[in-house]
Amino acid sequence: MTTVDAPPGAGRRLLAGSTDGRLDPHLARYARAPRLTGAQLVALLRDAGLTGRGGAGFPAWRKVDAVLGANGVPVVVGNGSEGEPASGKDRALLAYQPHLVLDGLQVVAQALGARQAHLYVSTAAAADVRRALDARRDAGLDAVPVTVTIAPDRFVAGEESALVNAVSGKPAVPSDKRLRVTEAGVNGSPTLVQNVETLGHIALLARFGPQWFREAGTSDEPGTFLATVSGAVQAPGVVEAAYGVRLSDLVDAAGGPATRLQALLLGGYHGGWVPALPDLPFSRAGLAPFGATPGAGVVVALAADGCGLMETARIAGYLAGEVAGQCGPCINGLPRLAATLGDLARRRVRPGLTAEVERLSALVSGRGACRHPDGTVRMVRSAMRVFEADVAAHLAGWCVAPSLSEPASAPALSSPGPASFWRGRGEGER
Amino acid sequence: MSENRLHIDWTACDGRGLCAELLPEILVEDDWGYPLARSGEVRPVVPAALRKNAERAVDQCPALALRLVGEILNR
Ligand SMILES: Cc1cc2nc3c(=O)[nH]c(=O)nc-3n(C[C@H](O)[C@H](O)[C@H](O)COP(=O)(O)O)c2cc1C
Ligand code: SF4
Ligand code: SF4
Repeated sequence: MTTVDAPPGAGRRLLAGSTDGRLDPHLARYARAPRLTGAQLVALLRDAGLTGRGGAGFPAWRKVDAVLGANGVPVVVGNGSEGEPASGKDRALLAYQPHLVLDGLQVVAQALGARQAHLYVSTAAAADVRRALDARRDAGLDAVPVTVTIAPDRFVAGEESALVNAVSGKPAVPSDKRLRVTEAGVNGSPTLVQNVETLGHIALLARFGPQWFREAGTSDEPGTFLATVSGAVQAPGVVEAAYGVRLSDLVDAAGGPATRLQALLLGGYHGGWVPALPDLPFSRAGLAPFGATPGAGVVVALAADGCGLMETARIAGYLAGEVAGQCGPCINGLPRLAATLGDLARRRVRPGLTAEVERLSALVSGRGACRHPDGTVRMVRSAMRVFEADVAAHLAGWCVAPSLSEPASAPALSSPGPASFWRGRGEGER
Repeated sequence: MSENRLHIDWTACDGRGLCAELLPEILVEDDWGYPLARSGEVRPVVPAALRKNAERAVDQCPALALRLVGEILNR
């Protein structure tokens, strides 16, 4: 799939006319990437209002500006590790348009005066990236050399300081934050880490300018983003849409709902649950009332006959299994939180069960080297709000969802696996 | 005295609770013995009157997990 038509009003930019990773059609369409100075890049990013697409949505210009102002020769890293099970957009981008990402990496690396650039990617994306880099080497395209580092297939491996450690040759686990990585990152150098999709937008922005960039999206949240839509939809996969797109248009871009929906998990496993409101705008402003954000563009649709609490317990259990094994409150607290949610989901009711969910949530928040506990808590708290009626029913000993009580019978919100992204393309081709 | 907050390096702390004994006004032990700020802050403020005790806790932490820091860190 992947080439699902964009929803109405949504520009297709990154996914416009796939080059299937080949350099010649890419150059024929876009020509070589322009060269910018550091000051030009900062101004461009600020005027465009580009934010990071890796989850946190931080303004790109501020990080670039910080790296420019730091002491030492900067290093640039593209983050394509995509440890999020419900996300496939970085991998799709690196397969279909790797040269946009690699152009963006060069634009940024040159503007910062970096002598070394890195791509940190999942095993699944490595072959596509290496092939693209070989073609660019033959064409003499990359002024700043690019090194590929494979990210371990762990949720936390994509966190910024874990990435810095991995690229520096150390285990891919987060560090205690003494200094910002913009001051001291890879091997102590000031380091700019951007999600690979962010770099893809930079490649287009450098060519077409901020005004063009702002033609899509809202004035506060300009541009398009890649969404990975999965769960109870007809054609799970990656679509591109503009910020502010209606939730139902996003779901329709993935073939429409497979059945009646009750709720959606937005942003990622660290994201937030929202009720299935068709007109809800997918933007920071639109999702704020629900404590959700666009995050990394993840959309997981939950069928009306599914149990949101069961699904939440399953995801919390997954996240508890992904702790990096470093910080006591996270190592101990996340499994306890997941188990407590499991009791609620399976209606093993005891007094104070919901209060215990909240107590444990507060107990782990902010108490780790990375934001894995905080992200997990955000998802859990949103579930307790959105599935409030289910919580009450479970406490009373019954379940609103008609069909299930045990995880085995729960309709798993299948993460979009390779088959859904690469349908029609032989595995051997890649 | 701008560095008036207690930062815990969670990757180093082994949770035997020595700091909670030395700074009972600021810290308690959580369910597992790890230091927890009474105030609920991630990096609790150390009042001037407790500065000396806090410095002692920093020096005596067997895991070198404690530091006094300023307002801003990378998160
Ligand atoms: C637990 C955890 C996992 C993360 N995983 C990823 C990831 O797989 N890919 C990614 O781009 N960012 C990930 N991030 C966010 C990065 O720390 C960082 O903010 C991002 O790569 C910066 O790029 P951006 O500003 O372009 O989004 C993760 C953050 C956390 C806390
Ligand atoms: S907070 Fe949790 S996931 Fe993050 S580094 Fe510590 S133990 Fe690992
Ligand atoms: S004294 Fe140090 S190692 Fe012990 S609990 Fe306190 S911070 Fe952790």
